[in-house]
Amino acid sequence: MKSNRAAYYIKEGFVSIFTHGLMSFASVCIIVACLIIMGSFTLLAYNVSYIIGQFENENIVLAYVDESLSEAVARGLETQIRAVPNVASAAFVSREEAMESFVGKYENKSLFEGIGADVFRHRFVVYVKDIELTAYTQSSLLGIAGIEEASANLSITRGLVTMRNIVSGVTAVLAAVLLIISLFIMSNTIRLGTFERRDEIAIMKMVGATNSFIRWPFIVEGFMLGTMGALVAYIAQWLVYTLITDRLTGGGRVSFITAAPFQRMSAPIIVAFLAIGILVGVVGSSMAIRKYLKV
Amino acid sequence: MVRMGDVFKEYENGTKALKGINIFLDDGEFAFLVGPSGSGKTTIIKLLTGEIAPTDGEVLVNGFNLSSMRMGKMPHLRRTLGVIFQDFRLIAKKDVYENVAFAMRAVGAGGRDIRKRVPYVLELVGLGKKARSYPQELSGGEQQRVAVARALVNNPRLIIADEPTGNLDPPRSLEILMLLQKINELGTTVLVVTHEKTLVDRLSKRVIAIDGGRIISDGMDGYYDYYEEQ
Repeated sequence: MKSNRAAYYIKEGFVSIFTHGLMSFASVCIIVACLIIMGSFTLLAYNVSYIIGQFENENIVLAYVDESLSEAVARGLETQIRAVPNVASAAFVSREEAMESFVGKYENKSLFEGIGADVFRHRFVVYVKDIELTAYTQSSLLGIAGIEEASANLSITRGLVTMRNIVSGVTAVLAAVLLIISLFIMSNTIRLGTFERRDEIAIMKMVGATNSFIRWPFIVEGFMLGTMGALVAYIAQWLVYTLITDRLTGGGRVSFITAAPFQRMSAPIIVAFLAIGILVGVVGSSMAIRKYLKV
Repeated sequence: MVRMGDVFKEYENGTKALKGINIFLDDGEFAFLVGPSGSGKTTIIKLLTGEIAPTDGEVLVNGFNLSSMRMGKMPHLRRTLGVIFQDFRLIAKKDVYENVAFAMRAVGAGGRDIRKRVPYVLELVGLGKKARSYPQELSGGEQQRVAVARALVNNPRLIIADEPTGNLDPPRSLEILMLLQKINELGTTVLVVTHEKTLVDRLSKRVIAIDGGRIISDGMDGYYDYYEEQ
């Protein structure tokens, strides 16, 4: 592409945004609305994952050691436990430590007078990498000679995993549907703009302009509208997200919810918004202009 | 140069618009194409500009065989043509200069060429002083002059004018036809579709008369009277 021609396409695309101001405004609004809906669901899915991640940190498997084994032998099992797939870390807890922790939960210590630590067993607190594989990790731990019992709260684990899968699935489907809807609406909005300019396009065709010469300014326009929509949507998403998470978590009203900070996701969001915005703008423009090029 | 040999055109709805048309137009000729509504005039123009393809027969325009030409070649054909419409088809948001210049830009002309050629063509059609006016600020005759300038600016070999005086009063119509004659004298082939009997008779040029999809007469002056007698 010659540089003077590229400059012409950019100038025409840019000027067209202002000469068809209302249509441009409508296109940007559609992109912004769709991106915010998509972004909100993605952020919701991310936050569910984030909260599940926090639960994962607290989701442990307790591996109890055979009572007949001495502390030294019990401690020796750690290497085998760490070698089990999906084990993130394992911490040994002796009988005495277990009792101390248990007794510490009660105010009335006299209840435990005369009870020795031998009623407790040596154990390992095992942290898993993936909450979804907890049951598999549990059975693997039971396969280690010297581990007598392994307990995990599988119902909570399954609940969290199901919730994450549902939210991720809904988000993926919604994102795909919204992308198609955005393309459709954007294409129709630009088509209204191109309808106004059908005579101009017909004249260009009549004087011998190539299809690409006619198409490029529209693509540039779609690119610019997509970029503008993405930037506006990003700022709006940031403000809305911050406002909602502040309301939900602020003042300790709902203290068990910890929302992921927006800054943590800002880079992927701006990249995704720009990619989707530009895709919708460019593909929407190309779809809209196609009909008028068949002259 | 135009060569239409045994051209038939039948539309998808079954309308037989042309039934074996033969038209030969040499370089530098000036001809009128006349006929009643529905006679096939518009179909001929659409065939010459490549908007539609013939059902049968051969259409050659400025060395391009439209019966077998690939779509990719269409812009090249159209760069050899200048088309003028009854309704002017100017872009309201562009001034006179831009309306003419964009036709040059559309075919890839450089800025220097445009700055040189557009004022020259505007002078030629008598609109040198109206370059910065917008179409809605001009009279019908002036708007048609802009359309002529736009058709002329890429130096076409053939100008096709489809009812160029249909929206103009008699004096302005005559001006436009005199302008087309002047352009023809400079070497460009001109084909004018019109209903204006007075103008056709006044210019004493070749008149091709068409009716019911067939050429009914083709010769120098006076043939327009055929329709008056019907």
